[in-house]
Amino acid sequence: MSTQLHYALFTGCTAKQSTPELLSSTLAVADKLGIKITILEEASCCGASHLQDFDEFLAHVLNARNICYAEKLGLTMITICNTCQLNSLMTKHALDSDPDLKARVNEKLAEVGLEYKGTSEIKHFLYTLIDEYGLENIKDKVEVPLSHLNIAPFYGCHNIRPSELQDEANNGENPYNPTSLDNLIDALEGNPINYESKNKCCGFHVELQDNHSSEVLSGNALLDAIDNAADIMVTPCPLCHLKMDTYQDSIAKVMGRDMELPVLHMPQMVALALGCTEKEIGLNFHVQKAKHLYTQAS
Amino acid sequence: MNKTKKITLKTFRFNAETDYLPYYKHYEMEVGKDELILDLLNRIKWEHDGSFSYRRSCRHGICGACGIKVNGKATLACKQNALELVALFGDELVIEPQSKKRAVKDMIIDKEDFWKKHDTVLPYVVTDVDPHPEHETKQSIADFNNFLDSDLCIQCGLCYYSCPAVEVNPDFLGPAAFNSAYRFTVDPRDEASKERLEITGAMGQGVWNCVKCFECAQACPKDINPIEKITKLHNMEFVAGTAESNVATRHAEGFVRSIKKYGLLDEADIVLYSEGYLGMFKHLGTAIDMMKSGKIHWHSGIPFIDSVPKIKNLDEVQKLIEISQTHTL
Repeated sequence: MSTQLHYALFTGCTAKQSTPELLSSTLAVADKLGIKITILEEASCCGASHLQDFDEFLAHVLNARNICYAEKLGLTMITICNTCQLNSLMTKHALDSDPDLKARVNEKLAEVGLEYKGTSEIKHFLYTLIDEYGLENIKDKVEVPLSHLNIAPFYGCHNIRPSELQDEANNGENPYNPTSLDNLIDALEGNPINYESKNKCCGFHVELQDNHSSEVLSGNALLDAIDNAADIMVTPCPLCHLKMDTYQDSIAKVMGRDMELPVLHMPQMVALALGCTEKEIGLNFHVQKAKHLYTQAS
Repeated sequence: MNKTKKITLKTFRFNAETDYLPYYKHYEMEVGKDELILDLLNRIKWEHDGSFSYRRSCRHGICGACGIKVNGKATLACKQNALELVALFGDELVIEPQSKKRAVKDMIIDKEDFWKKHDTVLPYVVTDVDPHPEHETKQSIADFNNFLDSDLCIQCGLCYYSCPAVEVNPDFLGPAAFNSAYRFTVDPRDEASKERLEITGAMGQGVWNCVKCFECAQACPKDINPIEKITKLHNMEFVAGTAESNVATRHAEGFVRSIKKYGLLDEADIVLYSEGYLGMFKHLGTAIDMMKSGKIHWHSGIPFIDSVPKIKNLDEVQKLIEISQTHTL
């Protein structure tokens, strides 16, 4: 790499609360690869699509403020949560394509001394790793090949749809047949498994009001992965992780089948292959037992 | 792309009257650069098997009859170039009906559920029409723009049969119905907006059961983006005051409460606020699992309470909420 990659990291809420392992593994991977990360400590919640349901304008104002801080640093804003990615991108798109809305949002931001300009790109860490750092370069850094693992890539909705909006951020990923995560697994020498549910919805967003639908959607995906001989599932979205890891026991009851499938965050999988420490990878924070992956890997 | 290309159509075949199970037949053909998926369906019927059945009519992307799935991609056969899909999926195109479980004959499905649910939302202008009007009904440019692109829907069903919520929740009205509901609710002539918002806001069938997967936005051949209209319907419930206080509306509104306090979402508080103390019981098992694995942080010996870190410059966020929030629950 000629110049060091440097990104502004929008952590999102879960990485600071229920999935600390997501943040620690992200930072560990960046460190191993020599990518510089500046955490946007000023950033607030993206609204997770729920604030948008309540008050769309307010959600745009708050997301625009987050982007302002990346713009101030002159950096690409990277996300480690699909839902943060989509909601930030939707605000960016809305403001960049509607001068009137941009003016109305900037009128509010001016009250706190900020201005949204539209100069920063917004990309998920998965795509910066692949498109900017490069799979070949990652391959060179692999210390612990994952060849002993059948890995089910679970893409999560908000990184691949709608493609019209995501195309620039995800290098034209085909939402009906995504390949980026498969290619990353390949680069780490793991065995990506092919299964129909890899681009489907986990149901996280109706967890509270429609629990049964949510459990069945997750259950279908988990069983599809298990029936295709997956040892682990990996996802770039902590909300998919939370749904399928922490609720797996109740999902198993709804589906009427036992399941014990570790669901890793994408950076945890990379960290495992790059030989990061157990503390950094943080498999102890999983509800489904996953710590055996350390000994398997060593 | 000037030459023809040899491809295989792996085609779903089923006749509900004679077949116990569906099966796939493979048809090989040379495909030219200008051929549409509909041309290929015609060629199967004309050159290979006259019994092959599919719906088609206008050939101009307006009747909505020829919606199918190709390699899982929702496709209006008369609008979709075939070699574009070959570039996307390779030399074998898998031709399937929109919904395999509703197949009647080959590509033809029974859309009864789609039409029934579409009817539910009163997809027409509800008003007392003066039989002898003395002036036209005027519409401002702003009124017109408010429709967005919702009026372009051709009821092809591609969004509906791509929607995972429809598959797991038979009551869910689905994206096409919500798009129509939006279209007529914002019509200045219409007088049933409150009724329609109550229908689309009802738990189980309504917008609160949308899983937010964006499959509908991806599927729509008219680029309508139905989930954008679903979000608008959510917003309109709060603006019109038809939103009832329930687990879903409190969940949406609860984000403001958390963000005001910490800048971030308080994951535990949002569940408590949305569900209420009694509703919390059903999450107890998961909460204990999460506590055991360190996912829920302890502070001063008490889990949940004040365990959320505050963002830097929280005062900015508080000020922005104060001056930007447009309504309340």
